[in-house]
Amino acid sequence: MKITVTVNGTDYARVVEPRLLLIHFLRDELRLTGSHWGCDTSNCGACVVWLDETPVKSCTVLAVMADGRRVTTVEGLPRGGVLDPVQDAFAACHGLQCGFCTPGMLMTARWLLDQNPDPSPEEIREAISGQVCRCTGYENIVKSVLWAAKHDGRAEGGGA
Amino acid sequence: MQVPAQVEYEKATSVEQALALLARYAPGARILAGGHSLIPMMKLRLAQPEVLIDINAITGLRYIEPVAGELRIGALARHADLLAAPVASEHFAILRDAERVIADPVVRQWGTIGGSLCQADPSEDLSAAFAALKGSMIIHGPDGNREVSARAFHTGPYQTVVRPDEMLTEIRLPIRLDGGSAYMKVARRIGDWPIGAAGAAVWLAGDGDRIADVGIGLTAVGATHFVAAEAEEFLRGRPANEETLARAGEIAAEHCRPGSDQRGPADYKRHLVRELTARVLRLAISRARGQAS
Amino acid sequence: MTGAYGPLARKEDARFIRGQGTFVDDIAVPGMLHGAILRSPLAHARIVSVDVTAALAHPAVVAVLTGDDLAERGMAWMPTVFGDVQAVLATDKVRFQGQEVAFVVATDRYAARDALELIAVDYEPLPPLMDALTALDPGAPVVREDLPGGNRIFDWSAGDKAATDAAFAAADVVVGCDMMYPRSHPAPLETCGAIADYEAVGGRLTLTVTSQAPHAHRTLYAAITGLPEHRIRVVSPDLGGGFGAKVPIYPGYLCAIAASMTTGQPVKWVEDRSENLMSTTFARDYHMHGEIAATADGEILALRAKVLADHGAFNAAAQPSKFPAGFFHIFTGSYQTRAAYCEVTGVFTNKAPGGVAYSCSFRITEAVYLVERLTDMLARELGMDPAELRMRNLLRPEQFPYTTPSGWQYDSGDYPRALRLALDMAGYDELRREQAERRARGEYMGIGLSFFTEGVGAGPRSQMDILGLAMADGADLRVHPTGKAVLAISVQTQGQGHETTFAQLVANELGISPDDVDVVHGDTDRTPFGLGTYGSRSTPVSGAAAVVAATRVRDRARVVAAAMLEVAADDLEWLDGKWRVRGDPDLGFGIAEIARAAHSTLELPAGVEGHLDASAVYSPPNLTFPFGAYICVTDVDPGTGEVRVRRFIAVDDCGVRINPMIVEGQVHRGLADGIGIALMQSIVFDETGNCLSGSFMDYLLPTSLECPSPELGETVTPSPHHPVGAKGIGESATVGSPAAVVNSVVDALAPFGVVHADMPLTPGNVWRAIQGRPVRTDLSLS
Repeated sequence: MKITVTVNGTDYARVVEPRLLLIHFLRDELRLTGSHWGCDTSNCGACVVWLDETPVKSCTVLAVMADGRRVTTVEGLPRGGVLDPVQDAFAACHGLQCGFCTPGMLMTARWLLDQNPDPSPEEIREAISGQVCRCTGYENIVKSVLWAAKHDGRAEGGGA
Repeated sequence: MQVPAQVEYEKATSVEQALALLARYAPGARILAGGHSLIPMMKLRLAQPEVLIDINAITGLRYIEPVAGELRIGALARHADLLAAPVASEHFAILRDAERVIADPVVRQWGTIGGSLCQADPSEDLSAAFAALKGSMIIHGPDGNREVSARAFHTGPYQTVVRPDEMLTEIRLPIRLDGGSAYMKVARRIGDWPIGAAGAAVWLAGDGDRIADVGIGLTAVGATHFVAAEAEEFLRGRPANEETLARAGEIAAEHCRPGSDQRGPADYKRHLVRELTARVLRLAISRARGQAS
Repeated sequence: MTGAYGPLARKEDARFIRGQGTFVDDIAVPGMLHGAILRSPLAHARIVSVDVTAALAHPAVVAVLTGDDLAERGMAWMPTVFGDVQAVLATDKVRFQGQEVAFVVATDRYAARDALELIAVDYEPLPPLMDALTALDPGAPVVREDLPGGNRIFDWSAGDKAATDAAFAAADVVVGCDMMYPRSHPAPLETCGAIADYEAVGGRLTLTVTSQAPHAHRTLYAAITGLPEHRIRVVSPDLGGGFGAKVPIYPGYLCAIAASMTTGQPVKWVEDRSENLMSTTFARDYHMHGEIAATADGEILALRAKVLADHGAFNAAAQPSKFPAGFFHIFTGSYQTRAAYCEVTGVFTNKAPGGVAYSCSFRITEAVYLVERLTDMLARELGMDPAELRMRNLLRPEQFPYTTPSGWQYDSGDYPRALRLALDMAGYDELRREQAERRARGEYMGIGLSFFTEGVGAGPRSQMDILGLAMADGADLRVHPTGKAVLAISVQTQGQGHETTFAQLVANELGISPDDVDVVHGDTDRTPFGLGTYGSRSTPVSGAAAVVAATRVRDRARVVAAAMLEVAADDLEWLDGKWRVRGDPDLGFGIAEIARAAHSTLELPAGVEGHLDASAVYSPPNLTFPFGAYICVTDVDPGTGEVRVRRFIAVDDCGVRINPMIVEGQVHRGLADGIGIALMQSIVFDETGNCLSGSFMDYLLPTSLECPSPELGETVTPSPHHPVGAKGIGESATVGSPAAVVNSVVDALAPFGVVHADMPLTPGNVWRAIQGRPVRTDLSLS
């Protein structure tokens, strides 16, 4: 089946099987390997990307469902070559260790700050509660998002 | 990661088109909405439909609106929509309570109310909540629409009254005065399926001392149609006091049929029914009296 | 804080925040095929036949391998890391649900998965042995007819039985308990996988693989495949967590190698999560009976333990070869004791193999859990406060180095200070007051302590080996002409930050910036031999090797500097990052200038070679012994059995801290592990052999909402034998935290008469404990 998906601002026209999962489309077809997968049952959230304006577990979405839509992945976070404040934040606050859950956490963090520019630690924990990290115990991820909220030019600038 | 078997795919942009596709491909066709119930089953190859009918483009099915004394929820409303809708929380605190503990914030962006109900997992939370609220479902089929009580919608694990050539389009909840509702769920971990959960909606009489009407929904404990019918019957007309609530909990516990599994032993689940039924009734009554939020 | 030590931001973060890490499944090479494993649905069965005809007929399938195919190559069986054998693809029998039976190779991963359904295997079911407690009963199903011992793997003991029995006989108080440390799984977020690329003309194999120990892997692959070791290159790229899961060799890796040899193309195999949980190394699964003997006023006299260890179907416990029960005999913990004795019996069952993984420090998780639970139980029996009982018995600083009754020599520690700090941070007395007030109101909170001593950093090489490969690790340091350095190490990070901390170690010795030190790891072609990262050994062993190599470089630099200054080497002293003339400190050179000179035409003394490189192989003289004091506060709802962890206070001492930010990150993780292990994680089976924990829907991991914001404290007691006084830290919190959580919940439930309840303390298990009918947590109720 022929689909056209706009990923990080670029249109990609491809022929895919209907059963192809969006995460595999991104990683194997488009070679955007920044998003990862870590489970079989939609629990771990390593695969979180944005489909249009909302975060989604891309292991639980078919690529064909993204036909005609926009996808944003971690590779699409920087603007004009400049890292997003959430990316700087995770580096500044030791919010990652192995880096495998990080892209999914970044996408959810960015989405959270776009909705709620000044979240409390509890709101941050709630927002990432569907995503597993095995390395950090979450504490520094929360600190990273708090740091990003304080240093976030993008939310004020508006527009995704 | 596990991956689905081969499947064909059609996209519907209207209910009529969806029904036509269902008719054409039944019984091997499945409706694809948020996909967060169906696609996991397909990846584990527990579900192997031949054709998926993607209805996400039927934007007219995504709404939550009060109409004619009912809250009407389009089947494509996402869980996040229901959690965020002031009109839903205002009239039905039970829905806010339940949605807060369904899955996780990201899954709630995509999973749909209709999809969850039609998946009919015996541990699905909204089934119990809608049963407690005595709602109804609107089902569209080749011969028109029909309305089915939420308390008759589910016929067994993973089974509903929706026929292979039909589609759930709307859930209706009667908006009634002098009511209060609540939902409580116990799980092994946040976001997990419930070990047991209970939802209650109560409507009090006059001075708030008596239970005029009540709905109790139970999930994950083998309650027929997700309803604690015997406990409801016991409560109707009785004083809204601790003794009554405790007795209602016992009756609900007596009549459910939980099984032992990894989530917990059957005797514990039965205890949970007793405990949670009393707790949700207590909170629902408090809310009905305006004493709690 | 010395020089380059400190909370430096990590160098490796730059690629990960951009999604530019390179994990095994990110890699695609030209002509690459995809493998998938057909696994046994049965826990115990004879294989009657395997028919792959239909699978081979699938248009996208290139090859299908069975056990018989591998047998022709001598690869149907492989050694385990503990000297047993394990089937790569089953030939005669399957011995656990999920065991590997056939390997499909196809042109894409979806087709490979489809083709699995086209393989027809005829099984003759056998009764499965799922309950380790019955493994040695007469008539129990025999898992390993190929071995002489029936289901018994080993009997092992440590300590002095006679002295221990005497101490128990003379004690005023004896408290005993059966307690289980349930089977769990490390579950790194990235599953295991490999890309095998065998190039036939040169006879070279390149294996890109999720391995915490690339060199040990390489030696084993050489032995198994018959390929010469120098023509095997093992590359571990970025690893998405390991926690011991990526130490062993797995059948999938060998299948990929065999498939690449057969097809002449690269073959990728990456497991899915259910395969990971059902077939890769589990952790723990110890059935323990422990006893503690004391005087009436609370002096601990002796400890005794009898353990049944469930090893699954093959003995693949990854620990030093002389220690079949790992370091379990460290179970006297942090207390002075007069005598101790433990016995461990290992048995086979029809479950996946493993046992040593998930930050256990070779079974120290089990030992610490046992002694810390017994200590709390002793406190309850004596009517003593558990903090007071611990303080009374903790080893004192002047007793170090301390040799325990079971033979460990703890290197250094000030235990009472750490406990006092933890109690102060927690506001312990205030918490006890609050607990009393709440109890009066019918609310139940618990305060649980855990004081642990770890033993990490194996070596020495004379005592510690894996399959005869001694646990000593190399480090190669080269300083280039412009003063930039490259350190090649044998250990393999899976998130621990080696690219930063090792740069800091070298930078500190050489007086250069950590930015000027690049750390190379994970590629056997580019790094020296070593046994890899696990058991928190990177800093104690490989870090020490790096420091020794840097010291040698610095010593060589002195000679070169002396030649540059035309003075005697003895006239120079190392001061503020330069070799300077004594008494004339403005005359001196730093490493960068010296490196340039060392590569130049500068005449050097006879016998001194040019360049500025050095190597070291470090065999530690002893383990290092980090320790800590943890306090966990929980609130329990007895009506539902739900447990909420309110606070977690953790004081850790890992000696000198190279990068405190990274140290704290390791502790954060281990505390989350403790919450998960204590409350929700376990791999459970039913009596017919089904693994019921084969996905993250049932193997539950703690989320951000279960983990409170941890409160960390530190003390620093340097290791006297480590070159910079550092100890390991990676596993400490996983070792120390579960007991704190369980002690807390049991403390909360004390008014109900609960004395013990096994992990995981799920709501149902808690409620049943309150009812006085605790649940056996490792086997599912039917």
